[in-house]
Amino acid sequence: MTLLELSGVTASYGPVQVLEGVELSVPEGGSVGILGANGAGKTTTLRAISGTVRTGGRIRFEGRDIRGFRPDRVAALGIAHVPEGRGTLGQLSVRENLMVGAYLRKDRRSIPADIEYCLDLFPQLQDRVASRAASLSGGEQQMLAVARAFMAKPKLLLLDEASLGLAPSTSKTVYEAIRRLRLDSGIAMLVVEQNANLAFSLVDTATVLETGRNVLTGSSDELRGMDEIRRAYLGG
Amino acid sequence: MGTFIQLVVDGLATGSIYAALALAIVLVNQATGLINFAQGGLAVLSSYIAFAFLQLQLPLIVAILIAVVLSFFIGALVERFLLRRFERGDPDTAVVVTIGLLTLVTGIAAMIWTYNNRAFPSLFPLTSVEILGAVVSVRSLATTVTIVVIMVVLQLLFLRTKLGLALRAVADNPASAAFSGLPVGRLLMVGWGLAATLGAVAGVLVAPQLTLTPGMLDTALVYALASVILGGLSSPVGCVVAASAIGVLENLVAVYVPLIGHDLKIAVPFALIFVILILRPQGLFGRKVVVRV
Repeated sequence: MTLLELSGVTASYGPVQVLEGVELSVPEGGSVGILGANGAGKTTTLRAISGTVRTGGRIRFEGRDIRGFRPDRVAALGIAHVPEGRGTLGQLSVRENLMVGAYLRKDRRSIPADIEYCLDLFPQLQDRVASRAASLSGGEQQMLAVARAFMAKPKLLLLDEASLGLAPSTSKTVYEAIRRLRLDSGIAMLVVEQNANLAFSLVDTATVLETGRNVLTGSSDELRGMDEIRRAYLGG
Repeated sequence: MGTFIQLVVDGLATGSIYAALALAIVLVNQATGLINFAQGGLAVLSSYIAFAFLQLQLPLIVAILIAVVLSFFIGALVERFLLRRFERGDPDTAVVVTIGLLTLVTGIAAMIWTYNNRAFPSLFPLTSVEILGAVVSVRSLATTVTIVVIMVVLQLLFLRTKLGLALRAVADNPASAAFSGLPVGRLLMVGWGLAATLGAVAGVLVAPQLTLTPGMLDTALVYALASVILGGLSSPVGCVVAASAIGVLENLVAVYVPLIGHDLKIAVPFALIFVILILRPQGLFGRKVVVRV
């Protein structure tokens, strides 16, 4: 079953058109990567889905056209966006950030258990639950951003450059935790990542964007083998 | 000794006026990240609304309740139709808009009700009691108690409720809060509405003492801002403590330091702020804003 389907999606910031007709499909429980060079439209594709950029074309989620929905409505449908940079609320504590993540949930009783799960997934956050998010290191903030998105119990996670600005070992830790999260929860994921090896560690299929269009789509294994793809889009 | 206690008690009573307004400012700041200079003006408007219903021969408590409820909607509408346009831009612009709003609201009040002082009846009896040799009016005492109750309720709202958490999340980062499904626009309206409600309570509490004029709270607003800075923008308890301290201090200094006297006493809280902010930039009770990049 297809969970999310984009067809002919365009998007623009003022007069500048960034997406020129993106096609994309995420199956239920699947994990799809968006690869490409800087400025290819990867982040904008995620923004188009979460309703934070003006968008044309068709974006269907569970069979329903959600294009033009406000970000909080998109979130309420079960799409959690972990934006580029630090998706945390700086002046709130780690625990409060996680509580905000669970804002829309009706099953309030199971929230404490999910917070425990997050702290188990990211043990680095355990000693910092009462600290304000802004005082965390870059890696810890990224972990918190992912954990906060998970707290919403979404059907689909939009993950934007979770490795940005992190030391290689920290990126690896973050991605290993996200992989475990996927195995444990079965949440579908749409992953934007500059670092090809990290991306392929998490996704089943991927599409390569170039100046706002798909130029290549295939399984991780197919794409991983293509030397020219690696050189052109993935930085070796 | 009797004079000293009397001065302290009077100071606490004036301090509670500053505190009421300061609490409303803290509420808006916690809920929207802005400093609302129009808070005093909106509170005066609320008092006039109560006054208008009084003139329709409604009982005082009913007039006040109507004004308090209407104030919620006025605050929410001001956010929705005025501030909303500026919230996405530079926060400084939005703050200047609130200053403009203060001027506008004061002008509207003057246009409808003129600049003449109007007597506003007190909710509380005008009797006094004697405490430790000082004469304390029941009105001041009741005002102070009301303010302390509001302070506790606000502190609980922010730190213990889901609504409080959501308001703080939106104030911290509206775009990020929306990704967790928080209805940002509605929460901003609620924050402004609650602050206007609180301002209305402050207005009707102090109107009997100050008598109702369009500029009734202008001086109080200055002291309230001083309290907020001194006590910390994020702390209801802090701003009430600071407001009381300022009220007491200005009274004591006016009498015991002849050089300053009644003319210069308005400078006292600011001298105090100057010293305290050098030592503690986040205010007495505020939390330091840390940003790591």
